[in-house]
Amino acid sequence: MPSDATAAGTTAAGAAAVPEGEARSLVAGHVLEFPGGYTRTTGPVIGRFLTELRDGRIVGVRTAGGRTLVPPLEYDPDTGEAVTGEFAEVGPAGTVESWSWVSEPRPAHPLERPFAWALIRLDGADTALVHAVDAGDARAMRQGLRVRPRWKAARTGHITDIESFVPEVTRIVSPVRTEYRVRPGKALARFLDGVARGVFIGCRCGSCGKVYVPYRLSCPECGVAITEEVEVPDTGTITTFAINNLPDPRAPEVPFVSAYILLDGSDIPMIALVGGVPAHEVRQGMRVRAVWVPEEERTASMSNIKWFAPTGEPDAEL
Amino acid sequence: MRDVAVVAFAQTRHSATDEGLGESELILPVLDEVRDASGLRTFGFTCSGSCDYLAGAPFSFVSALDALGAWPPISESHVEMDAAWALYEAWVRLQHGDVDTALVYGFGKSSQGDLREIMTLQLDPYYLAPLGLDQVSYAALQASARGADRAELDEIVRRSRAAGRDNPCALDLPDPEGDGYEVQPLRPYDVAPMTDGAAAVVLAAGDLARELCERPAWITGIAHRIEPHYLGMRDLARSASAAEAARAAGVGKGHVDVAELHAQFSHEEVILREALELPASTAVNPSGGPLAANPVMATGLIRIGEAARRITDGTASRAVGHAASGPCLQHNLVTVMEA
Amino acid sequence: MGNRCAVIGVGQTHYTTKRRDVSIAGLVREAAARALEDAGLAWKDIDAVVIGKAPDLFEGVMMPEAYLADALGAAGKPMMRVHTAGSVGGSTALVGASLVQGGVHDRVLVVAFEKQSESNATWALSTHLPFSASLVVGAGGYFAPHIREYMRRSGAPEHIGTLVAVKDRLNALKNPYAHLRIPGISRQMVESTPMLWEPIRYLETCPSSDGACAMVLSSEKAVTGTPAWVLGTAMRSEPIFRAGRDTVNPQGGKDCAADVYRQAGITDPRREIDVAEVYVPFSWYEPMWLENLGFAAEGEGWKLTESGATALDGDIPWNASGGVLSSNPIGASGLIRFAEAALQVRGMAGEHQVDGARRALGHAYGGGAQFFAMWMVGSDKP
Repeated sequence: MPSDATAAGTTAAGAAAVPEGEARSLVAGHVLEFPGGYTRTTGPVIGRFLTELRDGRIVGVRTAGGRTLVPPLEYDPDTGEAVTGEFAEVGPAGTVESWSWVSEPRPAHPLERPFAWALIRLDGADTALVHAVDAGDARAMRQGLRVRPRWKAARTGHITDIESFVPEVTRIVSPVRTEYRVRPGKALARFLDGVARGVFIGCRCGSCGKVYVPYRLSCPECGVAITEEVEVPDTGTITTFAINNLPDPRAPEVPFVSAYILLDGSDIPMIALVGGVPAHEVRQGMRVRAVWVPEEERTASMSNIKWFAPTGEPDAEL
Repeated sequence: MRDVAVVAFAQTRHSATDEGLGESELILPVLDEVRDASGLRTFGFTCSGSCDYLAGAPFSFVSALDALGAWPPISESHVEMDAAWALYEAWVRLQHGDVDTALVYGFGKSSQGDLREIMTLQLDPYYLAPLGLDQVSYAALQASARGADRAELDEIVRRSRAAGRDNPCALDLPDPEGDGYEVQPLRPYDVAPMTDGAAAVVLAAGDLARELCERPAWITGIAHRIEPHYLGMRDLARSASAAEAARAAGVGKGHVDVAELHAQFSHEEVILREALELPASTAVNPSGGPLAANPVMATGLIRIGEAARRITDGTASRAVGHAASGPCLQHNLVTVMEA
Repeated sequence: MGNRCAVIGVGQTHYTTKRRDVSIAGLVREAAARALEDAGLAWKDIDAVVIGKAPDLFEGVMMPEAYLADALGAAGKPMMRVHTAGSVGGSTALVGASLVQGGVHDRVLVVAFEKQSESNATWALSTHLPFSASLVVGAGGYFAPHIREYMRRSGAPEHIGTLVAVKDRLNALKNPYAHLRIPGISRQMVESTPMLWEPIRYLETCPSSDGACAMVLSSEKAVTGTPAWVLGTAMRSEPIFRAGRDTVNPQGGKDCAADVYRQAGITDPRREIDVAEVYVPFSWYEPMWLENLGFAAEGEGWKLTESGATALDGDIPWNASGGVLSSNPIGASGLIRFAEAALQVRGMAGEHQVDGARRALGHAYGGGAQFFAMWMVGSDKP
């Protein structure tokens, strides 16, 4: 569970059925970033371009129709046919075909000071290359402007040449990172409100009568809005489970047991950890009760439930 | 082809900020609305559009099935594209002749992330994405290639925002002002506003459409085309794929009363008007268009829905709904609807 | 079902842990070019392209149909991107077939791929959003409890999973494209590997592969070469959190199979289907799907596996290609099932050909066993 969950406090929510309480204003940062960056194999055509780039040359590739594509693709973009194997050095100088001006560069941009994005037709190429132009001022930019590449001292074979590298270029590293501010949604926020108080909040569908935990706004079977809220006890029955031998940051140790637990009075099991019992003594039908973290440590999050532990009652029939 | 019509359309009251609803919670009211409007509880086919990177997690569409109440199990598919392409898939499915109704929906919460940078991830991963070329920057490159007139762009924004203020579902945005650039030549107001929202459409075929809706919006043409990706390998000043899609859909076969265009930047409207060969007498984006509300992944579907609404409410007899995808109008879908 | 549709070309890449020698475009083009070659066609002969893959997080390229449009010869044509979780490969074939069945196009190229080596599948599938109320660890962690429940309900002996793990890897030795080709694969070898998510052992799980698969689908009038006729198509989806959902024998799978059998005129799948390519990413899913797809009565699927009926020389071979257990470029895995079914009825499956196969089932599933895509193909025109 995220440790940086905070109450935003000022968020105003719209509709009437908004639940009250701490969870309503929950918000947390969320980052999607594959550690180290994606490893991209380039294939022969992109690899050739990037290898030449590292050597300070720009090459294009000839299509069967006689055009020179820069940057080179493995295929003619218009027909899908494979390009010829013939590469030709182009540029290094070229002509700006069109441009836009960034006065406030963003962190991912190649330059930290204002610059232009441009479509640049390199001498000898039949297509335009997209790159940045460091022109100092927007007034220096114009269509037809002649430009030359400024090479990085340490080139690696990357469209931005940002890091040094020695062997032949066969791949690039491409960090991909997107950031979000994520809120739990109305239903989950209501459920976490209960969890913050040490109770499980569910709901009963007015159409089919089934009781759902966690609380939700609509019935997955009937597709209708659910209005009746119910609290269910923190005891239940293990319907089935897995013994996990691969470590996970959310589990204390391996092996750990993740189980489907049908809370008493509920019609759908929820997945939770089982603890307080050796993994291989866990059984289908075993009766369990939630073990809550001490009240002073509780937040509006599922980490309030340390795990479910056996109650010692006789097994339930499945 | 089999006669298929839009018989119901609903959209959320779109929001510029995160209202605390999850994606699947966003679609609940619009599903209820189109089910009520069409009188249908089940559909022969269901298709949706959404985007994992917008949601920040894989399988963003899975929980929508629970909101929908997909029971007994439904015949269903999903496109990782704007839901306008889900509508296209549903229209194709209805051509088989064995099912007569389809439910289409799309949803997105742009407020959770930085759309400008998320959209970088759809670019060529070797030559473009590593440059950090963001959505507004590449759009500005296209605006520059087009050489759009500033006064014309300002008028497009002024008209769109005024229309948006009259549309209860669109955002309430003031007349454009200020002379600063977001990325020159685009000003901040040339860029569609960040929006959360969802939309749903019901399609029906043949006589059933007539039973379900007094004035169905018959789809008389629908087609889409994509063009080469790399920005330097196509003519950014115009949209060849939009023009081809428009020809294939038959836009020019009659007068277009209303066109709803998926222009997320003011200059895109200029390019699209030309590509679709729309005369000055066509009302463009009377809903306010994406410049007044842009719930990404639903925006294109909303264009079709808004155009259809002009048919069903009797204010138009022939309307065009357009959707776009990919950087710089790379991919365009055109739908012609008639009374 | 609409107009007649046939598979006239199939192309696959070799499946392997890391394809270091190609770009993403190069990978999909390899499969697509082979499918075109099989059909005797060129890029210009294709009317539309449908591409499918699992979550974009695997490669970090969002909505890659934009970047791959011209790589797949789609410039000036319609192109679509399908995503229905693990069933996506199957759904991709069905969306392509639908374009032909609906009379919209005559020749459609369908392609599915995954280049998992660009990142890491476990990472991509475990990017839990904040506030998530459930605890699921990878695909194995999700499916293991349902396998345990199957074992309890059916009373299946513990070695059934091992039998499937061995059988599918033996088949893979006859498939030149297969990823896991383990000489001397045996029960002992499987049983000596550790439990990852008990009751699933290491060698009872699928690998992580790079690869792509493509097919050319055609209308009746545009057929070239040897067709595999589409006899029936169906998709079904059901909510993951429905109270009372049977996760062992999901209704969606049963309904999907019933729909596709009805279209194909199948009343007794065990006897009327000659070979099946079924999405079995964990070995225990063979007996579970044998029951779900009507090849065996409820609780009896494991007996069919144990009897050897599903082996290559059995009376109803399942996964003659080696299946998902031997090759798993996730987004393509479903399409490979559909394509292998077509290869069988075209008599072009090579060393793993089932003699005289005339009717074959292709199957894919995804999500929490809640998304299903299936088709039946046959050598005879319907």
